[in-house]
Amino acid sequence: MGGYFSDLFSGTKSLLDGMWVTLKEFPKRPVTLSYPHESLKMYARYRGHIELIGDEENKPNCVVCGMCERACPSGCIHLAGEKPEGGKKKVLTSYTLDFTTCSLCGSCVESCNFDAIRFSNEYNLASTRKEDFIIDLLKRLEEQDK
Amino acid sequence: MSQPIELQKDETFVLNVGPQHPATHGVLRVKMTMDGEYIYKAETVLGYIHRMHEKMAENRTYPQYMPNMGRLDYLSAMAFNHGYALVVERACGIEVPERAEYIRVITVELNRISSHLVWLGAYVLDLGGFTPLMYCFDDREQILDLLESVTGSRLTYCYFRFGGLYNDIDDEFITGTRAFIIRMRKELKMYAKLVTGNIILMKRLQGHGIIDKDMCQRYGATGPVARGSGLNYDVRKNEPYSVYPELDFDIPVNDGCDSYARYLVRMEEMEQSLRIIEQALDKLPEGPVNPEKKPKLIKPPSGDYYAAVETARGNFGIRLVSDGGKNAYRLKLRSPTYSNMHLFDEACRGMLLADALAFMGSLDLVIPEMDR
Amino acid sequence: MSLTLLNVVLAVFIAICFVGANAAYLVWCERKGAGFYQRRPGPMENGWWGLLQPPIDGVKLMTKQLLIPGGVDKAIFMVAPVLAMFPALISFVTIPFSDNIVAHPIDVGVLVIFAFAALGGMSLLVAGWGSRNKYSMISSVRAVSQTVAYEIPLLITTITIVMISGSLNLGDIVQQQLDGFLSWNVWPLHKEVGFNLLMPVSFLILFVCSVAETNRAPFDLGEAESELVAGFHTEYSSMGFGLFFMGEYANIVIGSCLITILFLGGWSCPFGDLGIFPFTHNVGWFLLKIYLIIFVFIWIRWTFPRTTIYGLLNLSWKYLIPISLFNLLLTAGLLKVF
Repeated sequence: MGGYFSDLFSGTKSLLDGMWVTLKEFPKRPVTLSYPHESLKMYARYRGHIELIGDEENKPNCVVCGMCERACPSGCIHLAGEKPEGGKKKVLTSYTLDFTTCSLCGSCVESCNFDAIRFSNEYNLASTRKEDFIIDLLKRLEEQDK
Repeated sequence: MSQPIELQKDETFVLNVGPQHPATHGVLRVKMTMDGEYIYKAETVLGYIHRMHEKMAENRTYPQYMPNMGRLDYLSAMAFNHGYALVVERACGIEVPERAEYIRVITVELNRISSHLVWLGAYVLDLGGFTPLMYCFDDREQILDLLESVTGSRLTYCYFRFGGLYNDIDDEFITGTRAFIIRMRKELKMYAKLVTGNIILMKRLQGHGIIDKDMCQRYGATGPVARGSGLNYDVRKNEPYSVYPELDFDIPVNDGCDSYARYLVRMEEMEQSLRIIEQALDKLPEGPVNPEKKPKLIKPPSGDYYAAVETARGNFGIRLVSDGGKNAYRLKLRSPTYSNMHLFDEACRGMLLADALAFMGSLDLVIPEMDR
Repeated sequence: MSLTLLNVVLAVFIAICFVGANAAYLVWCERKGAGFYQRRPGPMENGWWGLLQPPIDGVKLMTKQLLIPGGVDKAIFMVAPVLAMFPALISFVTIPFSDNIVAHPIDVGVLVIFAFAALGGMSLLVAGWGSRNKYSMISSVRAVSQTVAYEIPLLITTITIVMISGSLNLGDIVQQQLDGFLSWNVWPLHKEVGFNLLMPVSFLILFVCSVAETNRAPFDLGEAESELVAGFHTEYSSMGFGLFFMGEYANIVIGSCLITILFLGGWSCPFGDLGIFPFTHNVGWFLLKIYLIIFVFIWIRWTFPRTTIYGLLNLSWKYLIPISLFNLLLTAGLLKVF
């Protein structure tokens, strides 16, 4: 019989304790962000999809060594280059990232010895078409300058 | 195995819980043979999210396989990173700088807390309380922000490298973590009031979902599930790795064997993790986070290697068989939830549906890790 | 008052408007309340502070396809949502909002409300049965045993009050509580029974029972979403689901009206009739009281985890029924003495 009443009282007290906790939260300001109207600044190290780094003339630093292509676990990087006549170094002619299979691991950025690619801060990516995620990074670099 | 209860086919029906069901938190399917609301038999059907992670190891180089580790258990990706880095380091004999080891411990323990917070929220949600989930996610958000600021990613970190780390932590991270420890201690007290002491929750968990020591050993259950049954086993203490031996922490063990015991073990583990982080931050040495000489190409000498770590859910073991090539010859992953899940059938017989689902939640299942 | 056809139509029309508006905006209140309890703002997008959310949700529900799954018991399946809504509407007819605002005062008002509340429980049974879904079936069986377990203490507590006031008419029950808030039935001191310490406890019992009656958390076993997906309304879409939803909120309003009338003095001003406008006995006090109770309903829902069916039956049979029975006996004795 003692257990009966102590159960009743301790139980009621625990319920009231819980209600006090939630009541204290009630007048507090929300911690959330109403996303499309305001958005957070990404951290400097945020790993978005990759982008090419250009030099002063906005030519890509890339020397078409193909290390990133080989380092990629999912095979989502395709690049090509050619040696211009009279030139010494290879020049990048196309660099496509298939973002549909990219897992954002960053192996490509790490494997690059020429400071040619980095992570972008892009995270608002949404589309209904698959083709939108096969990104031509060379074109992106050109557009970035404008 | 206990003998299956003799079924009376004309009095039972099969309730198909999952693969899409709010309580399974993923694509787990349980075929429950029920008599009214009592369970006679529960047959788990796995494989809905099987992605051949073990086979993938055989056709990628060692560094290329690292991102896979975050995809096994998305809630404690850091610990899985650690396990894989550990086994390859053992195989190649790579030395890890001390600062890197401390940072590893800090990030893994932060990740353990965030994993337990998700569990706590989702578990109370399973029991019908919605609000603690939001508080847990608010706290977890602080951890994710901290980890994102160093790793660049919120969930699938891929932060560890063979012999070191992707990059060093900064002062902002350290002050942020210290602030988080103070905040989290306060929040844990709040959870104790709001959830742990709640009479409804206690009545639902105490005495329900009994798993005894023997059953844990037979099924190979580890982690909080085993520790909730009085088995004092934790890889961090029993097979120490990294700098855990230099840190002072306790392994919470509870003899209750019921869902509430497992619940308490996890709550206590969060406090212990906070202790570990605090000490590791105090002891954090200066220095590089990557070894000075590191092989250009990771090619472990042929042989058989094993490493185990304690993830948020238990013992995660990796066995690596190398033939000296660029790819692993065979990689076997021993993931904790797979073993923890399999005692569900035996333990849930004769339970009510509501209790069985509360019991399932107390096992803390992460389906992608189970199916691999 | 003569009961003309026009009167009835008008009463039902006003009841429908009141119930509809309440149901719609209680959903908004619930979502806002949930938001504030959970460190988030709740609905914000449609209208100022999301105030247009309920009509928009209503339009969405109405324009959705009313899907009738193959294999359901069609007649029963269609009747169930109506059964959920209709008793709540009828109950409103007899509730006195003030001494002159009542659709149709019935001398056995308390009985009418309980009779129709029992019908509400039946709608769950019928919905679960008609759905031919295992989850719905389990849910409906639970709902019925829950209703049975909770009607008993609810009725016993009400009988206690009826004994004190000597009337089944809701208006008369309020009439006896008009002398300031100390005359409310919730307090132990009472002019009819002297000193009865169990009256606040009875109030709590009635409160718990009405939470259980309306299938609200922590007693929402019927729609335990982590166990039974959506319980009895798993198979319902469109307005079928909408009616269940509105029925639930209508029942909450009825429950809080009942609590207010039986224990909190209905439309009486807590300071007695002071003669200056807000401090007279008027409908404003009644609405204030019921919305305060609804606030507590929402507060409870967003605080506690769900009980199980045996936990619920234990609570009812071990605690609520014995205590309310004891109070009934005590009150009867005290009534004889004083």
